[in-house]
Amino acid sequence: MVQVTTTPLRSGASAVRFATRGSGPRIESEVELRSVLASLSGVDAVGADARAAKLATRSIKRSSKMAALDLAISMVDLTTLEGADTPGRVASLCAKAARPDPSDHGVPSVAAVCVYPDLVATAKRALGDAPVAVAAVATAFPSGRASLAVKLADVAEACLAGADEIDMVIDRGAFLAGRLGQVFDEIVAVKAACGPAYLKVILETGELVTYDNVRRASWLAMLAGADFIKTSTGKVPVAATPPVALVMLEAARDFAESTGTAVGVKLAGGIRSAKDAIRYLVLVNETAGSAWLSPERFRFGASSLLNDLLMQRLKQQRGAYVRPDEFSGD
Amino acid sequence: MSDRIDVRKTYKLVIKGAFVRSESGRSYEVTDATGAFWANVAQASRKDLREAVVAARAAQSPWWAASAYNRGQVIYRLAEMAEARRGELAEHVAAAEGVPTAKAAASVARGIDRIVWYAGWTDKVAQVFGGANPVAGPFFNFSLPVPSGVVGVIAPEDSSFEGFVDAVLAPIATGNAVVALASATRPTPALLLGEMSATSDLPGGVMNVLSGDRDELAPVLCAHEDVDGVDLEGAGDAVGALAELAAGSIKRVLRPPTTGASELRKLRAFIETSTVWHTIGQ
Repeated sequence: MVQVTTTPLRSGASAVRFATRGSGPRIESEVELRSVLASLSGVDAVGADARAAKLATRSIKRSSKMAALDLAISMVDLTTLEGADTPGRVASLCAKAARPDPSDHGVPSVAAVCVYPDLVATAKRALGDAPVAVAAVATAFPSGRASLAVKLADVAEACLAGADEIDMVIDRGAFLAGRLGQVFDEIVAVKAACGPAYLKVILETGELVTYDNVRRASWLAMLAGADFIKTSTGKVPVAATPPVALVMLEAARDFAESTGTAVGVKLAGGIRSAKDAIRYLVLVNETAGSAWLSPERFRFGASSLLNDLLMQRLKQQRGAYVRPDEFSGD
Repeated sequence: MSDRIDVRKTYKLVIKGAFVRSESGRSYEVTDATGAFWANVAQASRKDLREAVVAARAAQSPWWAASAYNRGQVIYRLAEMAEARRGELAEHVAAAEGVPTAKAAASVARGIDRIVWYAGWTDKVAQVFGGANPVAGPFFNFSLPVPSGVVGVIAPEDSSFEGFVDAVLAPIATGNAVVALASATRPTPALLLGEMSATSDLPGGVMNVLSGDRDELAPVLCAHEDVDGVDLEGAGDAVGALAELAAGSIKRVLRPPTTGASELRKLRAFIETSTVWHTIGQ
């Protein structure tokens, strides 16, 4: 059933500021894929919940908090994925992405803006030469229910318009039905269609039911050549949660240890407060290690989070709580 | 038959219509006027205060959007709830203020009457504080009183119920949402009123009541940029310093009353005037 037999080597220039990745391990057949995934140990669900909850209680002192807020801002994929998105809205989002707080030059740009493929060109134009990547959700986002040809055309169009990063969704139906080879092949094919663009693979963990599935899907995506594994589309009720982040970060860490290839992790959906973001940074540091504390390896997909980060940053500087309408709505 | 075990109560903060312990986990002991143990009370932290302001901000627009008549009904219902618990309130006021029960009961009765009085004010504010202005042109010109928004209240330290009612109900009656610091040494009557607010249809977040250390909380409340006004009646010696903090974000500040102050000053304190022009004719 597996037609594509290798993960393509990463070659040439990649999006904006990412280092070229080395080659991943080769998976020759679906049998081999299954045996690799079967060899993964199960996730201790109670232990994962407890560990994530414990790490959330870590207190961050004031001097570190400022650094954490800036780091979190630089990791945001500022996202708008609404049917009502207009070029004007995307343009204002891009302005905000490049200069999140116009009154303070010290605030870093966000990592990327994330839009639907048809708005990539608009976003590219609006960003100009700002150091912000443009990510497009492609492959029949958010459900992923379309033929491979349609998905590849979606990706190709986004890349042609200049997308630096592609956020694809996996076929959860196929994954849950056990058609792992199909999911793997799709990722490989999309990866090939991406060319130099960075590939983020959305697992939609809210639909994967168990942590074991999250771990397996993470490995499957990384084996197939994902540059990032991402929790959610933000379109289903359950999105990024701390234990799921823990499981994915462990997978990225273990994958890097066994293959030498570092894959990034992106959390998306439901992260709205600076407090949550900092808790996730603690989780990253304690699970995958400080090497993941950079926008090349870790991202937040969010919209309203950015304003809360800016508000808390200003609160640190002024010593007083700030009005939410100090900053533009997304 | 064995003796029944006491059902002891820890008084909680009132934030967003919920009765919560402080997120910090802290509580403190409140004594009665003789110095004997009276109750354990949650001690709010700055983060609790921040949550209360967020809740008040969210609740204010719907509260103001309700009809004036409806707001009056809701506040009247608060008086009904308090009336039913008069005895309990009087017991707390007597213990807190060290006054005889009869005197405490009279104070509670006056407080409840004040709630009814404020209930009556909701649909009269526009008539009394607003107006139709004569202008030199073919226009109607109206001055409409609108609420300031979120009001921080530093309630009187000594008058545990009556004073609290006046400080909190006045801004609520004019359409504001309130974050109130109850008397630090005598918080239980205020916290009881907060409990009653939950059964009076007052939307969660319109009346938030916090107990705790004023030196810790009051500066944060006054400096908070998303608070539109502060009533400093209970601030004591700190009035000047707190008013200065409030000035940082150009808040309305209501200082403690001087003798002979108007009975309407609290009602008038947290109102903005919106001017509307409307053409005369077809």
